Amino acid sequence: MKSLAELAALRQKSLDKLNMRNEDSERQRIVVGMATCGIAAGARPVMNTFVEEVNKRNLTDVAVSMTGCMGMCVLEPMVDVYDTKGNKTTYVHMNPEKAKRVIAEHIVNGQPVTEFMITAEEANNA
Amino acid sequence: MQIARSHVLICGGTGCLSNNSMKLKEHLENKLKELDLEKEVQIIMTGCFGLCAEGPIIVVYPEGAMYSQVSIKELDTIAEEHLLKGRIVEKLLLANRTQAYDEEGHQVENTDFFKMQKRVALRNCGRINPENIDEYIAYDGYQALGKVLTEMTPQQVIDEITASGLRGRGGAGFPTGTKWKFAAASEGDVKYVACNADEGDPGAFMDRSVLEGDPHSVLEAMAIAGYATGAHQGFIYVRAEYPTAVKRLNIAIDQAREYGLLGKDIFGTGFDFDIELRLGAGAFVCGEETALMRSIEGHRGEPRPRPPFPAVKGIFDKPSMLNNVETYANICPIILNGAEWFASMGTEKSKGTKVFAVGGKINNTGLVEIEMGTPLREVIYNIGGGVPEGKKFKAAQTGGPSGGCIPASLIDTPMTYDDLNEIGSMMGSGGLIVMDEDNCMVDIAKFYLGFIVDESCGKCPPCRIGTKRMLELLEKITDGRGEEGDVERLEKLAKNIKASALCGLGQTAPNPVLSTIRHFRDEYDAHVRDKKCPAAVCKNLVRIVIDKDKCRSCGLCAKNCPVSCIRGERKVPYEIDYTKCIKCGACIERCPFNAISRES
Repeated sequence: MKSLAELAALRQKSLDKLNMRNEDSERQRIVVGMATCGIAAGARPVMNTFVEEVNKRNLTDVAVSMTGCMGMCVLEPMVDVYDTKGNKTTYVHMNPEKAKRVIAEHIVNGQPVTEFMITAEEANNA
Repeated sequence: MQIARSHVLICGGTGCLSNNSMKLKEHLENKLKELDLEKEVQIIMTGCFGLCAEGPIIVVYPEGAMYSQVSIKELDTIAEEHLLKGRIVEKLLLANRTQAYDEEGHQVENTDFFKMQKRVALRNCGRINPENIDEYIAYDGYQALGKVLTEMTPQQVIDEITASGLRGRGGAGFPTGTKWKFAAASEGDVKYVACNADEGDPGAFMDRSVLEGDPHSVLEAMAIAGYATGAHQGFIYVRAEYPTAVKRLNIAIDQAREYGLLGKDIFGTGFDFDIELRLGAGAFVCGEETALMRSIEGHRGEPRPRPPFPAVKGIFDKPSMLNNVETYANICPIILNGAEWFASMGTEKSKGTKVFAVGGKINNTGLVEIEMGTPLREVIYNIGGGVPEGKKFKAAQTGGPSGGCIPASLIDTPMTYDDLNEIGSMMGSGGLIVMDEDNCMVDIAKFYLGFIVDESCGKCPPCRIGTKRMLELLEKITDGRGEEGDVERLEKLAKNIKASALCGLGQTAPNPVLSTIRHFRDEYDAHVRDKKCPAAVCKNLVRIVIDKDKCRSCGLCAKNCPVSCIRGERKVPYEIDYTKCIKCGACIERCPFNAISRES
């Protein structure tokens, strides 16, 4: 270690890996439904895509986590995106391609992808 | 490198390790492979969370779900439910396992136990992997050292520490800044800094937890101390009974050397500093600074008279400065956040926070860090969860064999150096042992004095002979042979020892006796005059009695009596032959009707 800059670089690199444990930081959360129904419908590749994209783009303020069955198994794989205020956007029938677009449009640019979102009709029929 | 989706933190403090947390880690590694989650989930062994009573502790991030008392089988459930499917296993959460931590939600920070704490010295314990320097660096590690070396002069560092009001956390509470100033002012081409990690008070384990959970914080602070005082070599004197701490210190030192954070020309500033470990062989007196320095040199650990003080003539007769582990753990936050930030915590004369190892008759045995000046009541009832089985709080012992008792009547005493001294106790290193109505205070005093008699190095007569005589007097009292005047004799002897012993160990050795006499004189009098032990602890002063109304003549007591002194027949209450009874209490344990008890 010969300079402070070197330390700062190392710190940033390590911090990125640990960001998840920083509970007070304001972050968006991507929650993938990973119950049996979700996994059967293909939630795992969706989840992996989210994790990969987050890593690739170096998004430190986003947490990817899983949850259980939301009860609307017919709409799986489902994904909830929570913004920093806790507002929820629900995406249904997800796949890896859609996941990439959610990252690019919703997470990075703050524009929810309306076409993937759950509709009132779907919610009522499920 | 792949960033994991979930981090599983497993406590690797000694408390949880002895509860098999290492096995849990290995098991989880295999389980993750089986579930094909090894790339998504990262397992990290951390330092102590402070909830030792509830160990082994496992925390799963990003949810921050804290599981307690996890068994191998339950770990499978956590892996299958939480890690694979993302469903938090509610019934295994700390909050649901024990009422003591009942709080909404599962977040670690929401439990009463953590909410009321302020973690400065323990900031990284249970948060980082102590065996990975990168994680320490991520949480501002070695920033303070960088700042000090590039932006501050040694004098500015000392001024900052002085302004913070930090006082030695090893017990005596000497102002740290003043100590650094003396060492810096001392003339000498070679100087040393040392770290006292010879934590020997019965029931104290704060230093161990810091070393196990955050070893780099001590290394970094020692390098800062070296820069401030002009030393280039540091020694950590750590007891060999702390194998995990020793192991992690060694790993930490190696990693710091590899990164060039220890060694030559740190940060390209030309400052050299390195650290060596010295293992203590378990003598309590080696926690005394002059004895510790003798021991570092390789001699028998015996204290010597001061002056000359170590700041003038210490290790290898060179100017040396010794600080406690917890003191060092406070240094980096002070440098980074400023003296004002630190001084804003605590009271006028006791700044900052203090770590206590809470044990004894308390629900949440473990490690807590509180702001100085927090009343004892809060530590015991709010953080500690109160006394088990609804028993009555009687006293808390602080400061180990050098300290004293805080009786129930003074439970609202703020925990500061001066307030504790005033009531005849002391802050000490931070052991806090809670006692309830079943503890006999004379017996407690005898225990601590017995410890001192064992640990006295024998160099000076007041300590070697005086404490032995005091112990004999206490034994006489607890055996029921006490006479009028014995308590006064104890007090007189105690005063003489305090005035004449060579080192801190001897000078403070009578404190437990003096403070129990001061606050519990009635118990001493009951032993001496009435030959009674009110708490029914002292063997010679109690009788074991069978309650005739409760006895159902089942005969279990007689069967389990090792000296066959209980006799009886069906439908007639059993009786004890007192000429044979050795008062072992085996019958009390076995009686299914609670009909047998000790009576004073």
